[in-house]
Amino acid sequence: MIIYGVALLAACMLAGNIIGELIGMAIGVSSNVGGVGLAMLLLVFVVYRLQKAGCLDTSSRRGVEFWSSLYIPIVVAMAASQNVVGAVTGGPVALVGGLAVVAVSFALVPVIARLGQGKYAVALDDIETERGDRDA
Amino acid sequence: MRWPWTISKPSGVIAMHERLVDVFTSNGLITAFAAVGLLMLVCNLVSKHLTGGRIHGSAIAIAAGLVLSYIGGVATGGEDGLADVALFSGLGLMGGSMLRDFAIVATAFGVDVEELRKAGLNGVVALFVGIIMPFALGGAIAYAFGYTDPVSVTTIGAGAATYIVGPVTGSAIGASSDLIALSIAIGLVKSISVMIITPAVARSISLNNPSAALVFGGMMGTTSGVAGGLAATDARLVPYGAMTATFYTGLGCLLGPSVLYLVVRALLGG
Repeated sequence: MIIYGVALLAACMLAGNIIGELIGMAIGVSSNVGGVGLAMLLLVFVVYRLQKAGCLDTSSRRGVEFWSSLYIPIVVAMAASQNVVGAVTGGPVALVGGLAVVAVSFALVPVIARLGQGKYAVALDDIETERGDRDA
Repeated sequence: MRWPWTISKPSGVIAMHERLVDVFTSNGLITAFAAVGLLMLVCNLVSKHLTGGRIHGSAIAIAAGLVLSYIGGVATGGEDGLADVALFSGLGLMGGSMLRDFAIVATAFGVDVEELRKAGLNGVVALFVGIIMPFALGGAIAYAFGYTDPVSVTTIGAGAATYIVGPVTGSAIGASSDLIALSIAIGLVKSISVMIITPAVARSISLNNPSAALVFGGMMGTTSGVAGGLAATDARLVPYGAMTATFYTGLGCLLGPSVLYLVVRALLGG
């Protein structure tokens, strides 16, 4: 049932946030620490175990996948409800910061890719620029 | 009694207008679904026809969301962007932290543990370098621009990771809404430029194999930037890049408000 997937997701999120609160209390931060990240790791782990045990049917999966696919629209709604006016007065930090980070990141990709030429480091036969379909 | 029509008609029109607007405001979340869906439809068409697919529709939609947020902020003087306009108040719920975190946690569902094992050491190294380097660089730039308190530096630095890590970190450590908006803006600049630049530089950074794509996803972290950039380079590389990128946000949300914030606080004091 779809609700099983949604409930699993909800349980992971609540559990992650509870652990995050506990970590926050433990290290003396007045806030939740990494609750969302912990919930993600928890979901990965639980889904892995359930799939191994064969306890996760297609419709349950769909309950999680539905929310996963709403990620971008929700981010759009989030963007539309932010204090952009306040950010704009912050000036060119966003542009300078964003571009600087991207430039350095690109430069580091080949450096790290060369660290361990693993089993995947074989170039795909010929890069015919595949302008693949790009549904959001 | 003589003029019931002329007396009741204007108020009747107002009542009708109010009742119709009421349909939208009393179904705020549903209105937000419809409005965002429409916005994404328009943005996907713009992506396809005006940019030749070069800029991902979702990136355009997010940029449009920020622009609308700006317009809403100017029009209402509020702090919640377009959500301050009564008609679009549901955007605040749809884009609020509850549903946002719920959807983000759900994206972890796409990660296969077996595949992750195969990602090997460089994927993991890329993830950590890919989070810590932008955080440090973004934080340093924020500091240079006069944002010197730990919460501001951390929030803007986290925004330089992705536009998700920024707000999640910021709201966890109590950043103000304008800082969070700034962290989204910096993440958005990153995401859009990754999409545009990737196909142009793919060859010169040897981004032509799954291993490099794994590293690339871990370094960039922005899921839409990575997916859009790789799709424009070689669609076969997308799943590899997206796989590590999926972990990036979780790891960033884990490290941002905890270890990284504590490091910043130790460095800057307070």
